[in-house]
Amino acid sequence: MTSVLFDVPGPRARMRYRLMAVLGTVLVAAIIAYIVYRFTDTGQFSAQKWEWLEYVQVQVDLINAVGMTLKAFAVGAVAALIFGAVFASGRLSEHAWLRGVSTVIVEFFRAIPLLILMFLLFYGGPVIGISMPPFLAVVLGLTLYNGSVLAEVFRAGVQSLPSGQREAAYALGMRKTQVMFLVLIPQAIRAMLPTIISQLVVLLKDTALGFLVTYQELLYYARYIGSQGQFGRPIVPSTIVVTAIYIVLCLLLTALATYLERRQRRSKKHIEPARKTEELALEAEML
Amino acid sequence: MNVLLGNLDLYGPFFLTTIKLFLIAGAASLVLGTFLAMLRVSPVPVFRAVGTIYVTLLRNTPLTLIFVFLVFAYPLLEILEINSFTAAAVALTIYTSAFICEVVRSGINTVPVGQAEAARALGLSFGQVLGQVVLPQAVRSVVPPLMSMLIALLKNTTIAAGFNVLEAGAVRAYLAERGENQFVGLLWVALGFVFLVLILSLLQRVLERRWRVAR
Repeated sequence: MTSVLFDVPGPRARMRYRLMAVLGTVLVAAIIAYIVYRFTDTGQFSAQKWEWLEYVQVQVDLINAVGMTLKAFAVGAVAALIFGAVFASGRLSEHAWLRGVSTVIVEFFRAIPLLILMFLLFYGGPVIGISMPPFLAVVLGLTLYNGSVLAEVFRAGVQSLPSGQREAAYALGMRKTQVMFLVLIPQAIRAMLPTIISQLVVLLKDTALGFLVTYQELLYYARYIGSQGQFGRPIVPSTIVVTAIYIVLCLLLTALATYLERRQRRSKKHIEPARKTEELALEAEML
Repeated sequence: MNVLLGNLDLYGPFFLTTIKLFLIAGAASLVLGTFLAMLRVSPVPVFRAVGTIYVTLLRNTPLTLIFVFLVFAYPLLEILEINSFTAAAVALTIYTSAFICEVVRSGINTVPVGQAEAARALGLSFGQVLGQVVLPQAVRSVVPPLMSMLIALLKNTTIAAGFNVLEAGAVRAYLAERGENQFVGLLWVALGFVFLVLILSLLQRVLERRWRVAR
């Protein structure tokens, strides 16, 4: 039961842990009590602030806003996966010029902040003559950015496969494209599935950036409802509700990832990915 | 080119604000993240629960939502008045610290348990085990993902531009007011970020090479 930092507790250590547990519980309870006190004192839990939830129109609008978020997510996810697959193959190509171009594009879109990319599309597009509705700006930005990250993920996946796979495929006489699409990419996708799904969770969270380019998704609606004077400006309740919705959506996606990973671990076609892929998953998650 | 040179009075200070926000939020989130990692590996269940709940909550909310809460909802709670820059720094800190906690925790777990057991068998105290044996080894595997987190933090600071902070993302609005070409202006902002990210990536590569783990 030893861990890296803590040894098996002896009697004195157990007493200390019990004391710290009591102190910790008291501290946590105090903080929660203070937060609840602040909320009640400023009337956030009063019935009037939560009245807006009762209106059918508000409920319908809320579901519509979730639908807008999910719409941007679905289109962005599919497009990003395709973009990632294409540019991963480009980066793994044997032609140097194709490799170079793909590398430049992928690295460029990974280095720009996603918000600047969306601004470039939404505000800069009309300047050079391309009409850019908010939905298109959001989806295009999400695709380019997450597609580039996914290209790196796919590439890491293909490179983490045992080299025997590629060698055996060539030994059987397959051409380069066949090797890539019949042997390497299917295994890479299976190996990197948790990372890919984490990146899709990031995509879902990034749809909230659409709020800053006037795309009317969930966060935009929360802000809108929260500024309605007739409901008493319920910005705190609306942010709480929207936070809960986002957490539920993201947890559902993550649960899907865990389920797929567990199923895949039991499957006979499983390839153990290198450690680097877990790090890639974690750093990909940040934005 | 003219857009950049003619508006250096915008680009300069705004990028400086970005860097200031990045440094403050980066330092604070490193401290908070390490503290959260300590909570998550603690033998006391209450601390572990608090750490896990915090990290799970914050890894599944968008950063923009945290900004909205701090800028619009928090003032209504009448606890402590904070200006936009502080609100941005706090939002970035609490968001990034959740991810840094995970990185530090996985770094601590890469150290073989035998190292710590041997150190304890030699009679080293907790502080000595931590400082002389565990942390030097943990840092080696923690540094590359940590630098990636910091690069992501640098890119996340642009979200503050949508919430009254005069940093690099806000250049566009001022350029529009001055009637300049917004597309070119934003391209210069993007190039500025590519440059900053390049510096951080080089730093990451240098540190990685210096502290490469021989496995």
